[in-house]
Amino acid sequence: MSDFFAMGGYAAYVWPAYGITAAVLIGLWIASVRSLKSREAEVEAAEAGQPRRGDR
Amino acid sequence: MHRYANPARFQRLARAIFPWTTGLTVLCLGGGLWFALVQSPPDYQQGETVRIMYIHVPAAWMAMFSYTCIAAASAALLVWKHPLAELAARAMAPIGASFTALCLITGSLWGEPMWGTWWVWDARLTSVLILFFLYLGQIALFNAFDDPTRGGRAAAILALVGVINVPIIKFSVDWWNTLHQPASVLRMSGPTIDPSMLLPLLLMAFGFTFYFVSLTLLRIRSEILARRLRALQFAQGSAEPAGARRVSA
Repeated sequence: MSDFFAMGGYAAYVWPAYGITAAVLIGLWIASVRSLKSREAEVEAAEAGQPRRGDR
Repeated sequence: MHRYANPARFQRLARAIFPWTTGLTVLCLGGGLWFALVQSPPDYQQGETVRIMYIHVPAAWMAMFSYTCIAAASAALLVWKHPLAELAARAMAPIGASFTALCLITGSLWGEPMWGTWWVWDARLTSVLILFFLYLGQIALFNAFDDPTRGGRAAAILALVGVINVPIIKFSVDWWNTLHQPASVLRMSGPTIDPSMLLPLLLMAFGFTFYFVSLTLLRIRSEILARRLRALQFAQGSAEPAGARRVSA
């Protein structure tokens, strides 16, 4: 198991490569989902405050 | 007018496809990581550092693939004025920029132990760095105008001019003397890489592709909402930026 983490002495290069990739891809995903959710809420709020066409 | 190119139909389609592409992302990346980190052998020359290849090469492919998609969307925007095309380009640019950054970072982490340097100004590395700056330029242009459609057009023109860089990246290792090794998978006479290494490489590449498709669908939905929100605010007469005089709806 420790052999696996040692990566033949190249742990300092292999693991950061995988770690940074995971961090960037997961981070971008979370940021995109958050932005979608907040826009959904904003559109809903704006539509609620909008008088319907028939009311005018 | 097809001002929103039927966003309702797109939203339905995107919602239907999204769970499948997301599931395939998880499956491919899960299997890919297992083969990349555990099952595949170390390289006879490069030892364990070859495992960086399984993210570096797919990230590089995605960097070029995303850019090609953005260029195609930009052409659709400029030629047919298709409104969804602009939202697609807007949605894809940060994803492509991220893959390009990952390609550069993982390449650097691979270059230091194998070449003895983090960076060289050779044709392959420099052209990929230019690709990264093209992405950053597009993202800046998208947000540089009060009227998003003007920003979209400016970014589309940059995307189309910059697409010349994609074949330059691909063939840079053949056209110039470079430290970077030539292609070993996407070449005319077939891959020269061993199947035990080709399998994790392809799994990771498919995983990244499905990730790209899923996230693009999600981000286009978000861009449609942003545009919708803008139209609503415009109709209410609030938050109307100067110089954004476009008739909404």
